[in-house]
Amino acid sequence: MGTILVENRAGVETTLKAEFSRNLMEVMREGGVGEILALCGGTCSCSTCHVIIDPAFVDRLDPMGSDEHDLLDNSEHRSPTSRLACQIVFKETMDGLRVKIAPED
Amino acid sequence: MQHWDVLIVGAGHAGAQVASLLRQQNFKGSVAMFGDEPEHPYERPPLSKDYLSGEKTFDRLALRPLSFWAEQGIEVVPGRRVVAVDAKAHRVRTASGEEFGYGSLIWATGGAPRKLSCPGHDLQGVHSVRTRADVDRMMAGLDRTKRVVVVGGGYIGLEAASVLTKLGKSVTVLEAQDRVLARVAGEALSRFYEAEHRARGVDVRLSVAVERLEGEDGRVTGVRLVDGSLLPADMVIVGIGIVPAVEPLVAAGLPPANGVEVDEYCRTALPDVFAVGDCAAHRNPYAASAAPIRLESVQNANDQAKVVAKFLTGQPEAYDAVPWFWSDQFDLRLQTVGLSTGYDETVVRGDPATRSFSIVYLKDGAVIALDCVNIVRDYVQGKALVKARMKVEPPLLADGATPLKSLAAA
Repeated sequence: MGTILVENRAGVETTLKAEFSRNLMEVMREGGVGEILALCGGTCSCSTCHVIIDPAFVDRLDPMGSDEHDLLDNSEHRSPTSRLACQIVFKETMDGLRVKIAPED
Repeated sequence: MQHWDVLIVGAGHAGAQVASLLRQQNFKGSVAMFGDEPEHPYERPPLSKDYLSGEKTFDRLALRPLSFWAEQGIEVVPGRRVVAVDAKAHRVRTASGEEFGYGSLIWATGGAPRKLSCPGHDLQGVHSVRTRADVDRMMAGLDRTKRVVVVGGGYIGLEAASVLTKLGKSVTVLEAQDRVLARVAGEALSRFYEAEHRARGVDVRLSVAVERLEGEDGRVTGVRLVDGSLLPADMVIVGIGIVPAVEPLVAAGLPPANGVEVDEYCRTALPDVFAVGDCAAHRNPYAASAAPIRLESVQNANDQAKVVAKFLTGQPEAYDAVPWFWSDQFDLRLQTVGLSTGYDETVVRGDPATRSFSIVYLKDGAVIALDCVNIVRDYVQGKALVKARMKVEPPLLADGATPLKSLAAA
């Protein structure tokens, strides 16, 4: 088990406990993070699980695929550390991960 | 009599999203949501994909954790079906005869899968794909199933055919029209999917009609076509659309129609009664025609929910979301943006033989929709063209090397 710190759009931070090897989007959804929509259910077909990763953790994540990269262009709020949560597998090396829910498009 | 400020009938994507958005918009009144299924709100699209294939268990489909609803002060009541509405008295009656009061009523019931009407339609082994219970029944019968006949070559039928083929079943798809996806896509896309399914062993039969389902001891054994031929089957899956579940609203005074008509704020003609999601017939700003349409998609459910939540919290915003949709079959990811119905021209962008291409739909020279297969970039960049109803010369659209982004900026 590790921890993930999630900051919502109002700036309120929640700490979630999560098993390693779980999908970050599902961890957030199960953790009751209401702003995570994940409308396509984590199949990398939309961009409604857009999160902004704390720059300190960016290098510990697996690099993004081209579909994820293209989908993030859907957002007017894309930042250099933007990712789709459904494409991130939470690993030991990411323990303490901090993410922010991206503003709504 | 129990009373809620907002009562949501239907606990699918649309209903669940109205409830959670009301709280996100700081709505302080009481909120309840009745669902007629036993489960709390869950994702429906995986039912014909990752859930049927066994890749995802049901707990991973929950739209929100169980605790979420209580924490948000949303009373979720599964297994309760509303059968009558008294709009004047602001009251509903349930199947068990109980009555409840409301301030605003949100009708988010979706629809029931359309059934075959021919003899044998109610045999065991005949399935719909709408609810978890439907798919659980189907999965329970898979062990003894070798041959499956899918009636209906729409998205649901083709997705089910794709999964069942991967599971090693011998699958036949029957389509009444002369091409699959006839109701939702242009011919080029239909022919592409027809060929892909055939290449994987799916027996796709077009322009055929079912005469009856044959059975033995109450269980389906085959599908008899109108031309007399018999297709043996251990399982039949019926994917021929839904019938919107709106009878109580019609009985309450709304005109019978395909769904229930709503305005740009999702208001029905009944006082304080809104409708959202699959059952809501609305004038869509992205439709080629002004006639009311229903959209059976998560996008529409979600965005109409937002319209209602905003309206009820004093921030009215008319419905103006760009429609989008996706379908996963085999290793093909289809993403659609816009509404293609009513197009007068199509442009194939890229080469379907590479299995990564788009079809651009135009009307009066303006881009109204794109179907993008294994090419996310076109889907994302094409959205701007749809949104702007951009007029683009077809040769420019056809050139896959020219990014759509550059056309949008032109």
